[in-house]
Amino acid sequence: MKFDTPAGQNPIDQLKVVGKPTARVDGKLKTSGTAPYAYERHDVVANQAYGHMLGSAIAKGRITRMDTSAAKAAPGVLAIVTALDTPKVAKGRFNTASLFGGPKVEHYHQAIAVVVAESFEQARAAAAMIRVTYVKQPGRYDLAALAKSAKLVSASSDEGTAPPEVLRVGKFESAFAAAPVTVDATYTTPDESHAMMEPHATIAAWNGDKLTVWTSAQMVAWARSDLARTLRIKPENVRIDSPFIGGGFGAKLFVRADAVLAALGAKAAGRPVKLALSRPQIANNTVHRPATIQRIRLGATRDGTLTAIAHESTSGNLPGGSPETAQSQTRLLYAGANRLFALRLAELDLPEGNAMRAPGEAPGLMALEIAMDELAEKLGMDPVQLRIVNDTQVDPEKPDRPFSSRQLVECLRTGADKFGWSKRNARPASVRDGRFLVGMGMAAGFRNNLVVRSAARVRLDKDGVVTVETDMTDIGTGSYTVIAQTAAETMGVGLDRVKVMLGDSDFPASSGSGGQWGGNNSTAGVYAACMKLREAVATQLGFDASRAVFADGRVIAGDRSAALADAARDVALIAEDHIEYGDLDKQYQQSTFAGHFVEVGVDRFTGVTRVRRMLAVCAAGRILNPTTARSQVIGAMSMGVGAALMEELAVDTKRGFFVNHDLAGYEVPVHADIPHQDVIFLDETDNKSSPMKAKGVGELGLCGVAAAVANAIYNATGVRVREYPITLEKHLEKLPAVT
Amino acid sequence: MKPFTYERAKSATDAAAAVARTPGARFIAGGTNLLDLMKLQIETPTHLVDVQDLGLDRIEPIDGGSGGLRIGAFVSNTTLAADERIRRDYGVLARALLAGASGQLRNKATTAGNLLQRTRCPYFYDTNQPCNKRAPGTGCSALTGYSRQLAVIGSSAACIATHPGDMAVAMRVLDATVETVKADGATRAVPIADFHRLPGTTPHVDTTLQAGELITAVTLPKPLGGTHIYHKVRDRASYAFALVSVAAVVQRDGSGRVAIGGIAHKPWRVEAAEQLLPRGAKAVARRLLAGAKPTRDNAFKVPLVERTLASVMADARGDA
Ligand SMILES: Cc1cc2nc3c(=O)[nH]c(=O)nc-3n(C[C@H](O)[C@H](O)[C@H](O)COP(=O)(O)OP(=O)(O)OC[C@H]3O[C@@H](n4cnc5c(N)ncnc54)[C@H](O)[C@@H]3O)c2cc1C
Ligand code: SF4
Repeated sequence: MKFDTPAGQNPIDQLKVVGKPTARVDGKLKTSGTAPYAYERHDVVANQAYGHMLGSAIAKGRITRMDTSAAKAAPGVLAIVTALDTPKVAKGRFNTASLFGGPKVEHYHQAIAVVVAESFEQARAAAAMIRVTYVKQPGRYDLAALAKSAKLVSASSDEGTAPPEVLRVGKFESAFAAAPVTVDATYTTPDESHAMMEPHATIAAWNGDKLTVWTSAQMVAWARSDLARTLRIKPENVRIDSPFIGGGFGAKLFVRADAVLAALGAKAAGRPVKLALSRPQIANNTVHRPATIQRIRLGATRDGTLTAIAHESTSGNLPGGSPETAQSQTRLLYAGANRLFALRLAELDLPEGNAMRAPGEAPGLMALEIAMDELAEKLGMDPVQLRIVNDTQVDPEKPDRPFSSRQLVECLRTGADKFGWSKRNARPASVRDGRFLVGMGMAAGFRNNLVVRSAARVRLDKDGVVTVETDMTDIGTGSYTVIAQTAAETMGVGLDRVKVMLGDSDFPASSGSGGQWGGNNSTAGVYAACMKLREAVATQLGFDASRAVFADGRVIAGDRSAALADAARDVALIAEDHIEYGDLDKQYQQSTFAGHFVEVGVDRFTGVTRVRRMLAVCAAGRILNPTTARSQVIGAMSMGVGAALMEELAVDTKRGFFVNHDLAGYEVPVHADIPHQDVIFLDETDNKSSPMKAKGVGELGLCGVAAAVANAIYNATGVRVREYPITLEKHLEKLPAVT
Repeated sequence: MKPFTYERAKSATDAAAAVARTPGARFIAGGTNLLDLMKLQIETPTHLVDVQDLGLDRIEPIDGGSGGLRIGAFVSNTTLAADERIRRDYGVLARALLAGASGQLRNKATTAGNLLQRTRCPYFYDTNQPCNKRAPGTGCSALTGYSRQLAVIGSSAACIATHPGDMAVAMRVLDATVETVKADGATRAVPIADFHRLPGTTPHVDTTLQAGELITAVTLPKPLGGTHIYHKVRDRASYAFALVSVAAVVQRDGSGRVAIGGIAHKPWRVEAAEQLLPRGAKAVARRLLAGAKPTRDNAFKVPLVERTLASVMADARGDA
């Protein structure tokens, strides 16, 4: 199905199942501990041995010798594969550093060996017995020190061969110089770790040339092609199975060392091998959200109209890596005639930086939305109002390109109203509640909606059950449920008549999960396949497909009616199709919007911040399932609290690694940190996004939250902190004296 | 984890003798610290002597009716924090315990094990990195590395680690005593002030306990009265080690005792500083932290101690 004109009325609009608050169809499996996560798939293949990764002990240099004699002789050891005794693996399309290093070491904890043994403990103990001799080389680990020498990279997402340059609209410098009210400030965001609950884990088994991996991958098709490429085998010889994923947040977008090492270990041992990265290995072996240094300049007239906007961001990565695109949302969020954007990238020898939930937008808004708060204060204007007067309904760089739908102003107005924003005292440090300085803050949320091809296969059986097969993944988001709702709606059956099978590379390739594109695209693909199945059903029953109504397990056309199951009485009906997109995303800017409102209390003695209330109002197209969408948003809001208050991978700039590489050192919010959270979804359908008229929502919930917290802290204390996370030492000594 | 052998001792002296007899042997109580360290090969005992059957799981009044309590070494943190006598007469201890770890961990963690928990210095936890505490003579990575959590006072050029726990800070303010037995049956009573040591040139030695010496109990002297406060400052609201903590017992007249956690290799208490309590937090903090040598990363702990003390004193006055 090609989607190249805005959707008209279609079966999804019935909203009998879609759009209804629906508990997860896989909820029972998860709460009873029977959902098969990768490491626990003891039943998929017999005789599983255990693998353990050895990571490099240095950040940069060369391995000159690996002595495995003691490890080989250790009890239970079946095989050892080291970086020096095996042909170099190739680099995947999506990897910057090699997933199996050596002799060159590119970053700390880069995989350099895998040990396979009869038990997990034996494999881990033997890995520690491998003696490695390194020649260290000096590395580059300090982004702040290297920022000045960072190189300009393209700030525009429009691919091209032109040399990178600063992106300009109008004349920024003169407009900024002429602006009566300006902000010019630099903000920093730290390296962050995905810290998903399930570690990277894989079971790998070979059958001749054929490799099966049971793993935890957000993008099954990418995992298949990149694993094949890495191991230098044919993609058709690789099968990926990833039906349940215990969180990813981008960490599992691309193949990681667990899959490569399990495959190499299984080959060497001649047995299936299961391997999980241990928690202390994850921060440095895998990927993280890169730190940024962002300079923002805003110029406005006295009535708050933005006349000049500049957003320049610097981040670092391994040679060949990409930048954190923290300027991206600023290109689209506010009107303003004169604009400047620049992205710079420094080469670092820290572990690979890559996508983490809302890459670009999340750290970008952390900076931009503080800058807007600073501007509002300078203008003496309400921060909500400042954002409203600068709303734009068109792409500011291409004014003939409207947004497909944009209700930012409604989000902000509704949020202000429901949160009691009018009670906020605009004068900072003026509200106290016992030991707490109390403040309110807000920020706009923005995240693009991305359209991606997505395919599915659906089958109707004689018992009337509709089975959906697609390699789509459920990373905790609720894919199983919204896909089931889509199939139920389109085929006119109840949820109990739908079976959803996900995550297997033998199924048609889907959008996968990432960039908050999974929900809209994968359901659109399922919708396309179901529409094809409806044709097959009508043909089989001798009905006119265009007039047939599918409802209550029956098909009705005019005065004729039949049970849906009758169409498959003799032979199951199977239909396969995909959604693909025309250029509606070029004609229209497709984005999602939110207003985030936060109240904090800052302990006037210790400077510790605790969030007291949170509200997010989201406009994100049709909400396919308010229950799972709300879970996505409150989870994202919690992540935003982490980003605002505590999450930071501490860099040892001398030795070149993330020091706090476990969950005791890298703190994420616990229940006690998260107060009551409210989420409101505005009524919206976007007929340019897909036949589902939905957009993404899973990342939107994060975008802007941390800045809303930061602005609330400022309102509470009167001390502006521009370096995340806002831990107590960032403002402690500027707080009012205590006795 | 390296292979090890395991036994369950039947009496305190047997346990002590078993550890004294076997090179590389260690006691194991709740295992919540030791097993984690063994998995990472930071600790590599060859033999474990389990102390769960020694009958050290009671909280009893001290003989002679002095008004104090004897807490068995194996009493769990949960049991101790919930004990009516502890809650009534030694509130600072109950509060410190409940500010530590998580419910599940406190169910397993024991009184002796808690006193002996090892530092949370991140370099101590990474066996690729130099660390004098883990591998004597290799150097201290934290001194030139990331040290936000670490000590500001009492540290040395060899180690700037902290004792990370909460319970010991409260015990220090209560003037508890650690009772031990050795393989030959000899017993000792070590004042808590002398139990944890400063790192000096031998940071691998955390306490004054001798090899094979078993903790049998911790005793608390008779109740102090006053207001008991434990204030733990941390980045997240629960399940995090202290940046700074203050254990305090404050009397009506404003006199009292304070001990500070999170800033030194041992709970930090300076009796002379307490005399200054009536003069306010600044005076106390200045005396407490005289000679402090913070790093760039943890310099904030100096003002934080003062402000947390001010908070505790305001709480004691009832006007926070
Ligand atoms: C995730 C996590 C978070 C934590 N957070 C906190 C916190 O916030 N605050 C806090 O205070 N603590 C915290 N802890 C530490 C926790 O309090 C300790 O792990 C626990 O108290 C140790 O007790 P245990 O009985 O399990 O000791 P074990 O692990 O069994 O033993 C610890 C040490 O004591 C020795 N030992 C045990 N019993 C005896 C004895 N009778 N005589 C002599 N030696 C003995 C052992 O040989 C070993 O060296 C945390 C721990 C974890 C894992
Ligand atoms: S501070 Fe102590 S524990 Fe930490 S690295 Fe230095 S020696 Fe090791």
